[in-house]
Amino acid sequence: MQSIFIIFLKEFKAFFLSPIAYIFITVYLVVTNFLFFQGFFIINQADMRGYFTLLPWIFLIFVPAITMRSWAEEKKLKTLELLLTWPLNDVEIVIGKFLASFCFLAISLLLSITVPITIAMLGNPDGGMIFCGYLGALLLGSAYLAIGLWISSLTENQILAFIIGAGITLLLLLIGNPFITMLAPSWLVPFFTYIGLGNHFESIGRGIIDSRDIIYYVSIIGFFLFLNIRSLESRKWE
Amino acid sequence: MSTTNNSIMLDVQNLSKHFGDVKAVTDLTFQIKKGEVFGFLGPNGAGKTTTMRIVTCFIPATNGEIKIDGLDILEHSLEIRKKIGYLPENAPLYNDMQVNEYLAFVGGLRGFKGAALTKAVDAMYQVCGLTKMTKRQIGKLSKGYRQRVGLAQAMIHNPELLILDEPMSGLDPNQIIEIRELVKKIGEEKTVIYCSHILSEVSATCSRILIINNGKLVATGTPDELTAKSSAGNFYQLKVKGEADAVKARFSEISDVKEAQINELSDSWLAAKISTESKSDIGEDLFRCVVNNGWTLAELRREETSLEDVFTQLTRG
Repeated sequence: MQSIFIIFLKEFKAFFLSPIAYIFITVYLVVTNFLFFQGFFIINQADMRGYFTLLPWIFLIFVPAITMRSWAEEKKLKTLELLLTWPLNDVEIVIGKFLASFCFLAISLLLSITVPITIAMLGNPDGGMIFCGYLGALLLGSAYLAIGLWISSLTENQILAFIIGAGITLLLLLIGNPFITMLAPSWLVPFFTYIGLGNHFESIGRGIIDSRDIIYYVSIIGFFLFLNIRSLESRKWE
Repeated sequence: MSTTNNSIMLDVQNLSKHFGDVKAVTDLTFQIKKGEVFGFLGPNGAGKTTTMRIVTCFIPATNGEIKIDGLDILEHSLEIRKKIGYLPENAPLYNDMQVNEYLAFVGGLRGFKGAALTKAVDAMYQVCGLTKMTKRQIGKLSKGYRQRVGLAQAMIHNPELLILDEPMSGLDPNQIIEIRELVKKIGEEKTVIYCSHILSEVSATCSRILIINNGKLVATGTPDELTAKSSAGNFYQLKVKGEADAVKARFSEISDVKEAQINELSDSWLAAKISTESKSDIGEDLFRCVVNNGWTLAELRREETSLEDVFTQLTRG
């Protein structure tokens, strides 16, 4: 446990050692606020539904950018060789890194608190729905993080990690989208709808916390973190 | 084999490592005693780094058995990694951390907490000469200081086995002397494995040397033993006055002489270079030969095969 915490702390601090973190949080807040408030006054409804509809697509760019560096840089600088010869389990390192990026994501989301505050000043929004929206966003984002971390562990090129990470996430997001399920063979539709990353987010966003949705995201996170651990072990298969 | 003997720090039996068709290490067997400074020597690409990666549990071997302090590295990987301090080639470090942050991070992973952690980090500043660099960002350090941070990282938990892979690469002569002294000091108490392709480094610090080439063990022993083991004989340099053909013929008749080369110098002086088959001392025979033939002798010098010669001889081809 202590090792997980030390890895977590080091990784979390690493985000803020370079200016990239500040730039990303700023860009994220400006873009989401701009896109949301553009339509907000036209629709003239005091809720955050428009905001949360944006997130699966904004995260597509934002989240792989958080994770691309995580393993790729360790591989490139060969620090991975030292890290893996210290007395740590691979699992501890993977969890530590995941928690660090999770906290970074959570902080970014927390900083968008100005949006619900603004809405609350202008109208009378449903607090429960906004809370559920944030919970869904955190789960969705964490699933993206797990995918991004796994992809980062497969390459030593950060740009490649970003592009492929975004690509795989996009694929898993689109697969459940009505545009795709409309075209898919009917027997596959329930499967696609279930697997798609966005659908569970939408149902949580409607204000219903269903354990099935939570279990879905937790399993997706678990699955990709497991792949991440396997890819670290792959050095032993050569 | 004396695997149960607890004076053995590292015991490698029949180690092989293949990457696809490439055989990086083949059937390597050696033992390192506790308290030895052990030189692991070989040209670039000989399999040194691969062997160290296996010993440090980074990659597994294709074949063979490795025990550290009596523990099998596959079964007790975590425990073994606690005993080892490892400085990989080129000291890979986190460039955006400060020296103090980095050492506190590594110390934490090594199980130090609170005051003990501060103490361990401070001790490393002293030992590795980093006192003035504690707040520096690692990415901005010179190569020599990076190497020191790498050493500090490897030694912070006072490891029983310290593995250094090319620790001197990129250092200037002064830094080399400093690090060499440091390694010797550590070697008084701990076991050190010192990998290098530069022989003079190893022969200056190590009590025993292993030479590896193309993944195979070529020779092992103390520096003196290795010199003695070399198949080459000795060389004698002579400066004599006499007739060239006669000198060559007489010298060649002496037993154990492999070859006599004669070069004419000015004033009818001759420079003779005699090589012998074995290690035997033929100085007296040469002298008597000169006296019996009535030549004048100005110089008679014996030149021993150096470790450099041994290394080149063993690793060439």
